Amino acid sequence: MSEITVAQQTAPAAGRRISRPGLALSVLGLAVAGGSLGAPLIGWVRFGGFVAGLVVLYLGLAALGRGLFGPSFDLAFWACLGWLVVLVGAAVLAPLLPLAEHQDVAKTLSAPAMAPPDPLSAHPLGTNNFGLDMLGRVLYGARSSLVVSVGAVALAMAAGGAIGIVAGYFGRLADAVVGIATNSLLAVPPLILLIALGTVLDPSLRNIAIALSLLALPGMIRMARAAALTFAQREFVLAAESLGASRWRIMTRELLPNVVLPLASYGMVMVSVLIVAEASLSFLGLGVQQPNPSWGNMIAEGQENDVFVQHPHIVLVPGLTLFITVFAFNLIGEKARRRWDPRQGKL
Amino acid sequence: MARKTIRRLGELVLVLLIVGAGTFALMDLMPGDPAVVVLGEGHTEQEYAAKREEMGLNDPISVRFADWLASAVTGDFGVSFIPPHHEVSGRIAAALPVSVELAALGLLMALVIAVPLAMWSAYHAGGRVDRLVSAGTFGVLSLPSFLAGMLLIMVFANGLGWFPRAEWVRLSESVGDNLYHAFLPALTIALVEAAMFTRVLRGDLIATLQEDYILASKAKGMPPVHVLVRDALRPSSFSLITLLGISLGRLIGSTVIVEYLFSLPGMGTLIISAADEGDVPTVQGAVLVIALIYVLANALIDLSYGYLDPRIRRAHV
Amino acid sequence: MNPSTPLLTVEDLRTEIRTGQGTVRAVDGVSFTLGHGETFGIVGESGSGKSVLGRTVMGLYATGPTMTVTGRVIFDGVDVHALTPAGRRRLWGSQVAMVFQDPMTALNPVRKIGAHLTESLRRHGGHSRAAARRRAEELLRLVGIPEPRRRLDQYPHELSGGMRQRVVIAMALANEPKLLIADEPTTALDVTVQKQILDLLDRLQEEFGMAIILISHDLGVVAGRADRVAVMYAGRIAETAPAKELFATPHHPYTEGLLASIPDLHGPPHTLLEAIDGAPPNMAAPPPGCRFAPRCRYARQVCHGQIPPLRPVPGAADRSLACHHPVNVPAGGS
Repeated sequence: MSEITVAQQTAPAAGRRISRPGLALSVLGLAVAGGSLGAPLIGWVRFGGFVAGLVVLYLGLAALGRGLFGPSFDLAFWACLGWLVVLVGAAVLAPLLPLAEHQDVAKTLSAPAMAPPDPLSAHPLGTNNFGLDMLGRVLYGARSSLVVSVGAVALAMAAGGAIGIVAGYFGRLADAVVGIATNSLLAVPPLILLIALGTVLDPSLRNIAIALSLLALPGMIRMARAAALTFAQREFVLAAESLGASRWRIMTRELLPNVVLPLASYGMVMVSVLIVAEASLSFLGLGVQQPNPSWGNMIAEGQENDVFVQHPHIVLVPGLTLFITVFAFNLIGEKARRRWDPRQGKL
Repeated sequence: MARKTIRRLGELVLVLLIVGAGTFALMDLMPGDPAVVVLGEGHTEQEYAAKREEMGLNDPISVRFADWLASAVTGDFGVSFIPPHHEVSGRIAAALPVSVELAALGLLMALVIAVPLAMWSAYHAGGRVDRLVSAGTFGVLSLPSFLAGMLLIMVFANGLGWFPRAEWVRLSESVGDNLYHAFLPALTIALVEAAMFTRVLRGDLIATLQEDYILASKAKGMPPVHVLVRDALRPSSFSLITLLGISLGRLIGSTVIVEYLFSLPGMGTLIISAADEGDVPTVQGAVLVIALIYVLANALIDLSYGYLDPRIRRAHV
Repeated sequence: MNPSTPLLTVEDLRTEIRTGQGTVRAVDGVSFTLGHGETFGIVGESGSGKSVLGRTVMGLYATGPTMTVTGRVIFDGVDVHALTPAGRRRLWGSQVAMVFQDPMTALNPVRKIGAHLTESLRRHGGHSRAAARRRAEELLRLVGIPEPRRRLDQYPHELSGGMRQRVVIAMALANEPKLLIADEPTTALDVTVQKQILDLLDRLQEEFGMAIILISHDLGVVAGRADRVAVMYAGRIAETAPAKELFATPHHPYTEGLLASIPDLHGPPHTLLEAIDGAPPNMAAPPPGCRFAPRCRYARQVCHGQIPPLRPVPGAADRSLACHHPVNVPAGGS
């Protein structure tokens, strides 16, 4: 299309207002969702009603938000952020919260087994077949999952960043060796690698974190190396060299700060990948071991003898938590990437 | 061109050697005494010592690795530790077709879902369908495959009873039955891949559809389907091919989990149960075979670039 | 076919495009007619809307999610914008065809030259695959491409720029359209090749008896080739006239300015180039009156207030003008 000159339109003065339709939708959504939870209807109808209510609630809140905060208000982003804050907060504070027993089977002999979720009871999310409280297990599971995943990412960033910078800066032999090593690591499909490691290593949280960090390591090395290569050509590095700076100094003072940002945005994305990997590992029985809860092994509990058919909450509670958490990390990671790493673009 | 290929091949071999060495060394670290695993409990120390000698476990690791490598190259991965002491290669040969078929079906399904979805989304970019698809694929990508599998089982196998919960029927026995049993597992695998493919292909197609030659094609009176399929799809398929390569690793991982979930006799179940039982040769052999397939598949994908873009084809000639 | 009824009638055509920065009125009330076998030139600077006009006339740009088209385009008795999308597709490539500006990007790089031609032939002409291939070869020969049969199986990147443009022309002519819209057909080519392409178009027009709308920003391209010329500015037509008369005695100040800005090969060296002051208007918020008024040296109050309508020039055959203060007019303007 031919170039047509267009003026910059000044944005109309935005006023804060309570959106009436937004309010109406929110109330309606709340009513439908809440009503479905309590209503004595068939399971699937209730479930459908609950979901429909949530959707309407979401639309309503989004409209309200846009009215109050302007057209660029993104409810999804804030909801995800909110979820993560609540989850991490609850996980950190778990030992202090008034939760029912989540781990020691000996203490739950009198507790009801396989109790369905009941928001008002002592077991808001129900219990598993040993009477252990699901809410407690989910929160403690969150502790394991988050600690392991974030730890693994941090480890990968540190190790990968260092290796990548060395490879990129020194070049030739160092680069070739690192290249072959990375390719070898990548030659084994991730889960297979995890399984192989999981069978050999004792499944402590530390070992699991190390194994998971190997998944993120090649990506980190590549990013750090690429960044180091670009920056090593730049003048400020040459300037430092000409002043007689040692190679170590150059790597830490000049290259490292520039490499950190792309690594960090990649790291955010990897956290969700590693959470899923840890869950998969635990699901297969090779990760966090019972009775310590992990979302993965909680879902595995439901798989044994297909218990989840009769008692879907056994799987749905940890499953939904896992899904929402991964979704939240992905969404936020995506936004972060778009802001700080424009090269990546959309996926 | 020839020199480049030889260099690539050399790298390939080196990588495989390292993977083999790594697996071998790793298995060596495994806790437990292989002699005990093989003979079982309750034998005398001398019997265990003799067995260890017989198995060559007292030789230095380099010798053992060289031995194993020499046999592996001929396809002999030794004999399973666990009674009955089948040949590892036999077990792999039985399990591999199952996994390959599952993975291939999953991939095929993913393409069948993703390509039309991506085309429709791209053609009506920004429209309601597009935004729905975008949100949907983002959601699916956040769903781990075992969770997706369980949901599918809950709904289709146990709930509606349309598909079987477990079991596998070999292709050689009955094609129909085989596909019937493979459907749900393959669909589980396909979901995540389809979400990824749709997103990438849609992005690429939108970019391609801005090109002048698309407008020129429309100006010749070509109908939208023709424009999409014959004019837009080929140039857009590069990232899809790249993605196929990247997704291979994830695909293999998904296959493992899905096999486990549906109790199918594939490579995944083989490795997991072998690892559980301490059957070192089987794990070594299976991991090496999978690595080999993965590496070869990636190389093949690199080659296919040349076919698709005639400009690259020329440059390589 | 009655030679006296025009092939194409455009009445008050407007194309509005919704962009992120506002609604742009790319074509803002254009009217003209075109007879069978005639060559009509449309001249204007970048941003004047001439490309958008060409595509709207053809129906490629039509009312949809991002644009609104009002007014009428009557092609061979048919209202183009009243047709369904399928109906318009039947026109394209068979009755009306377009030659695009950049042959590098107008051809699909992953498809063979032959395919570009045969798909159009088979779709509109109903040829069999073999017949289409033969016809494609003929077309390539017609546009002056040597070794046509070999070219059929080549890819666009294997041809030079000039040859690619010939292929684009061949593509347009495949089904012997009544109207060819050439949108800046030579802009992306070397000067020497430009002449060849324009000569080719001349020759083909004679042979097929088709009408051509020749769109260009280059006065030189249009000068020798068009029968009548329209000068476009800011989405509207400033004036139309038979080519010779337009260049000899322009009536619109803009045309006058354009012609004056062409450097004279034979003039004294170090002559200051004449340019028109100012810049084209913002098409999302154009000035209220005559679009050219802010830059016009003859502008008067009425020019800033009222849009001058396009009216036939009295006393001159076949000229129209949209100006409150025309130049070179014997009896004086308003």
